[in-house]
Amino acid sequence: MSSRFNAIMIPIISIILGLIVGAIVMASTGFNPVDGYLALWEGIFGDTYNIGETVRTIIPYVFAGLAVAFAFRTGMFNIGVEGQLIMGWLAAAYVGYAFNLPTGLHAVVAILAAAVAGGLWAFIPGLLKAKLQVHEVIVTIMMNYIALHVVNAAISAMSNGGEKTPDIHDSARISSEFLSSITQYSRLHWGFIVAILAVIIMWFILEKTKTGYELKAVGFNKNASEYAGMNVSRNIIMAMVISGAFAGLGGAMEALGTFGNISRMTAFTGIGFDGIAVALLGANQPFGVLLGAILFGGLKNGGTNMPSAAGIPDEIVTIVIALIIFFVASGYIIQLALSKIAKNKAAKKTVKEEK
Amino acid sequence: MSFLDVLEFIIPSAILYASPLIITAIGGVFTERSGVVNIGLEGIMVIGAFISIVFNLSFADQLGTWTPWVGLLVAMVVGLLFSLILAVAAVSLRADQTVSGVALNMLALAVAVFSTKLIYEKGQTDSISQRFSRFDIPVLSDIPVLGKMFFTDVYGTSILAIVVAILAWFVLFKTPFGLRIRSVGEHPMAADTMGVKVTRIRYYAVMISGALGGIGGAIYAQAITGNFAANTISGQGFIAIAAMIFGKWHPLGALGAALFFGLAQSLSIVGTSIPYVRDVPEVVLFILPYVLTILALAGFVGKATAPKASGKPYIKGKR
Repeated sequence: MSSRFNAIMIPIISIILGLIVGAIVMASTGFNPVDGYLALWEGIFGDTYNIGETVRTIIPYVFAGLAVAFAFRTGMFNIGVEGQLIMGWLAAAYVGYAFNLPTGLHAVVAILAAAVAGGLWAFIPGLLKAKLQVHEVIVTIMMNYIALHVVNAAISAMSNGGEKTPDIHDSARISSEFLSSITQYSRLHWGFIVAILAVIIMWFILEKTKTGYELKAVGFNKNASEYAGMNVSRNIIMAMVISGAFAGLGGAMEALGTFGNISRMTAFTGIGFDGIAVALLGANQPFGVLLGAILFGGLKNGGTNMPSAAGIPDEIVTIVIALIIFFVASGYIIQLALSKIAKNKAAKKTVKEEK
Repeated sequence: MSFLDVLEFIIPSAILYASPLIITAIGGVFTERSGVVNIGLEGIMVIGAFISIVFNLSFADQLGTWTPWVGLLVAMVVGLLFSLILAVAAVSLRADQTVSGVALNMLALAVAVFSTKLIYEKGQTDSISQRFSRFDIPVLSDIPVLGKMFFTDVYGTSILAIVVAILAWFVLFKTPFGLRIRSVGEHPMAADTMGVKVTRIRYYAVMISGALGGIGGAIYAQAITGNFAANTISGQGFIAIAAMIFGKWHPLGALGAALFFGLAQSLSIVGTSIPYVRDVPEVVLFILPYVLTILALAGFVGKATAPKASGKPYIKGKR
């Protein structure tokens, strides 16, 4: 059984298992799973408005997934995507309303500011990991909460105690009347092009550049990399910063494309944590991440149709996503089952041939 | 307000906020000492909070003032069962512990809110009528100054939290079971060679954390918020993890750290009525526990070192 085959089969089997368990949950709580999944389908592809909103939901998921996947590929676990994303969101919203720049350039500057903000927020755990060997998981979790409270305080300060920042200038918007009009006035924006570019950029960095090779090498074996003359701590910091920059870009999409501002938050957006699911499902490959983001973004947006169309609370979608993560993470058991099936088949074949 | 008045006001409130953190942090000490990272404590607290509120609302008429305490037990059992998901994934199926913990958090919140909507047909429950009650400890509450700070209007849950911390210290450091937990967390292969059942011990440790996390959530819901909604538990599980690290993976250290973080939490809520504290920006108090934890991990506030095998699944026969 090739590992490539497993890398494809485990996510597919996990998705199916997740949906089956989701159906069982619905059935056992008195709902009709068929109605539920039809409502979900309708919510994803039902009409052009839903399709537009689905694509819009997918955009930040791509960035969150890329951020987690990039860190994974370089040997690190970045749970701090959530915090880096909202820092990027804040930075883009701030540049969007506080600066006056020509149309187009303004959006580019705001997007870059978000990448820098996300990167800086990830720089701290990177630095601590590189210089003091502090494990990045706990630090990034703590950084998430610090980001949440700092961002809320900043929003208050920027709006004189209000609940959200002033709206960004039109020159910084990446929303589009054209895209909106062809999708029955959904909030679809140009961010999907930026997302596809980001996928290609991550692939390019990791597969085609010397830096990417070093980043992967350090993640794979620190000591060997050091022996080969690579600067280990510089590479660790750079990996985290690039990962954080991807996350920050996801925040920029929300600021410049969807909302045009940032509001005070009582809880996390959840996009950063879903990014872990996206990366896991996409086997940490850039194009896999794109597929994972399409699936989870689709599920999330389609789920919003479930309460009105089938009377089912949309938390069922999160339950399914969480289950899919469990199944993918426990891939070992699926792998075991797959190889057993393959062995049985092979055994039967030889028995037949002997006859 | 004199300084003493402030202390009399803030200390009981700090202990109240600290007690769920203490108990959950102790749960974290148990799993991490056995080599399993439990990021899912937040989710376990959510489940504990949810189930205790549902129980409280359903049985308050029959059980009267005992309701919150029975609710605590129910939350303990449900938390324990819920943590088995993590145990199966992370210990038996060798799933990445951090990933399964994150998934557990997502699952817990989704299940709790889904069920809330199912049972009450709205996003949050009603407020409970039977909360934890306060009482004065006889004799001790008559001590001048200290009596009023520590022994008047005490919540039973605060006493429970301190008892749990001391008990945990005893179990971890004075019993064979505790030695086994620590040994599978430091060097599972050596423990296995000596005949310690690594998988079984790790299951026990995760279940203990599930039980304690469930209690922590139940205390928070039944003593502080009084109802359940999606944002009832908002980071308390992670503050508990922070307290565990700041307390250097030691039950009594975790107790101290959780008391301190409880103080920060309560200051951020009641601080507006206290001189000096009033002038500190709210955000500073909010982020204090997290900043201190990062500083502790970095070694600026005493070096915090995790159990050696923490976070790694144990695979028999693998070097």
